[in-house]
Amino acid sequence: MKKRIGTRSNSPFAVLYIAIILVLMYLPILVVVAYSFNDTKLFHWAGFTTDWYVKLFRNRTIIEAFWNSLKLAVLSSLSACVLGTMGAVGMSKRHFKTKGMLENLAIVPIMVPEIILGMAYLAFFSLVKLPFGMLTLVMAHTTFCVPYIYINVKAALTNMDPSIGEAALDLGASPTRAFFDITAPIILPAILSGTLLAFAMSMDDVVISFFATGSETSTLPLQVYSMLKMGVTPEINALCTVMLGTVFLLVALSSLLKAGRARGKQ
Amino acid sequence: MPMNSRKKGGVPLAAVPMYIWTLLLVAIPLIYIVGLSFLTKAQTWGVDLNFTLDSYRKLFTPSYLKVFGQSLYVAVITTIAALAIGYPFAYFTSRLPKRARSLVLMLIIVPFWTNSLVRIYGWMILLRSQGVINGLLISLGVIDSPLKLLYNFGAVMVGMVYALIPFMILSIYNSCEKIDWSLVEAARDLGATRMRAFWSVTVPLTMPGIMAGCVLVFIPSVGLFFISDLLGGAKTMLLGNLIKNELLVARNWPMGAALSVAMLLMTLGIITLYKRMAGDKELEGLL
Repeated sequence: MKKRIGTRSNSPFAVLYIAIILVLMYLPILVVVAYSFNDTKLFHWAGFTTDWYVKLFRNRTIIEAFWNSLKLAVLSSLSACVLGTMGAVGMSKRHFKTKGMLENLAIVPIMVPEIILGMAYLAFFSLVKLPFGMLTLVMAHTTFCVPYIYINVKAALTNMDPSIGEAALDLGASPTRAFFDITAPIILPAILSGTLLAFAMSMDDVVISFFATGSETSTLPLQVYSMLKMGVTPEINALCTVMLGTVFLLVALSSLLKAGRARGKQ
Repeated sequence: MPMNSRKKGGVPLAAVPMYIWTLLLVAIPLIYIVGLSFLTKAQTWGVDLNFTLDSYRKLFTPSYLKVFGQSLYVAVITTIAALAIGYPFAYFTSRLPKRARSLVLMLIIVPFWTNSLVRIYGWMILLRSQGVINGLLISLGVIDSPLKLLYNFGAVMVGMVYALIPFMILSIYNSCEKIDWSLVEAARDLGATRMRAFWSVTVPLTMPGIMAGCVLVFIPSVGLFFISDLLGGAKTMLLGNLIKNELLVARNWPMGAALSVAMLLMTLGIITLYKRMAGDKELEGLL
């Protein structure tokens, strides 16, 4: 490995700078968590309580929105997983004239500002008279989830040594067998981490859901948005803390997967 | 199957479902938007099939131009601020020992995964008049009455930079990590000062990351309507807020569509400019 002369010369100022930015990054998050245990509706500290969590779990609207979000994220990240993985595999070995253009097309949904995609769905789903609700939400979310998986899997396929697959073919494996025995295990971590990322993006989305859903189906972020606009109730703090906890769990899971992949490479 | 199709050189069959999906749910809706923008708003609901350029003509009236200007202004300031704060962070991080480096990176990625509304809400708690910062300053005796920190332009900027800075940090970090430090060392050996070596060697080497970061911050920043809604108290009107209002309040779909087309063209322009300057790969490598 190359010697990194930069590594040694980090000044105390640099470390301090990194620390300050990280504190600023986490301050808003920590404040939300702290306030979710605050025993008052006001803003001073009035002692520890878990009342807001009890209230939260009794709030039918929020619980319903949560299940909607979960259902939506699972359905769309899984559909996107199938579409995106097949897409990346299909495109990986091919060289033809329009390849570059087709590859750009595949990532359009995350390059276009969200609000334009949202507006496009509002208009398009009204045109084809699809009832706004879970179905339209899943269609919209699947669309912006596909690129995350496609990009991840494509990168894994690019890094893969093509001679491994060729060796399997030379040894008489059918192409299907070679794919499932050789390629699939190698790209599996990329498929999983892409799907997890897509799941998180779907759980987080406000803008596209805002346009792609009807009055009856709310998602958790949409519920939070309307609660924040209406006025503050401490239940939001509790809700946000629960959401944060979920994400931290997911991140831990995905970094375990990544660590596994790194070990596999060695 | 992929192995097979490579030998035969047929169509990449496995990719067909993805492209059918993309055609139906990306290409056609976007083309439909372009079509809508040339139609007329109906008296009651929806659109009439009359071709007109009225919506585009209206784009150039002062009230719309003002929002465009304001939106661009917010986007430019957000991008500059994110670059100014994010560059040193990414640069210093890339020079940390390996363990610390991956820890810091993970700490940057986690908020990126957490719900952006939750994080914006955290700033509302911090900034509001009976909020944490005002409470702290009053109890320390720095101020007597609360400062008005929330519902103004500054709060919107804080929220924007905060929400988008991970994009900047991660793309600059990617470039910093690839720096061949012996080049910097060579510049120093040849008598360049530390500053000179930084500006003439390190910065040009990290230019791809700087540009990718700027694109990734700039593009979303024109559309994040909920940040200006929540932190700016809807006083700072952005392009995103305007499109939302045209659609849901004014119910003028052709106008909303025309605004979207203008925004889309702007985005395409930025990406094309970026690709011409930096080559293809950087944007994808980030995700």
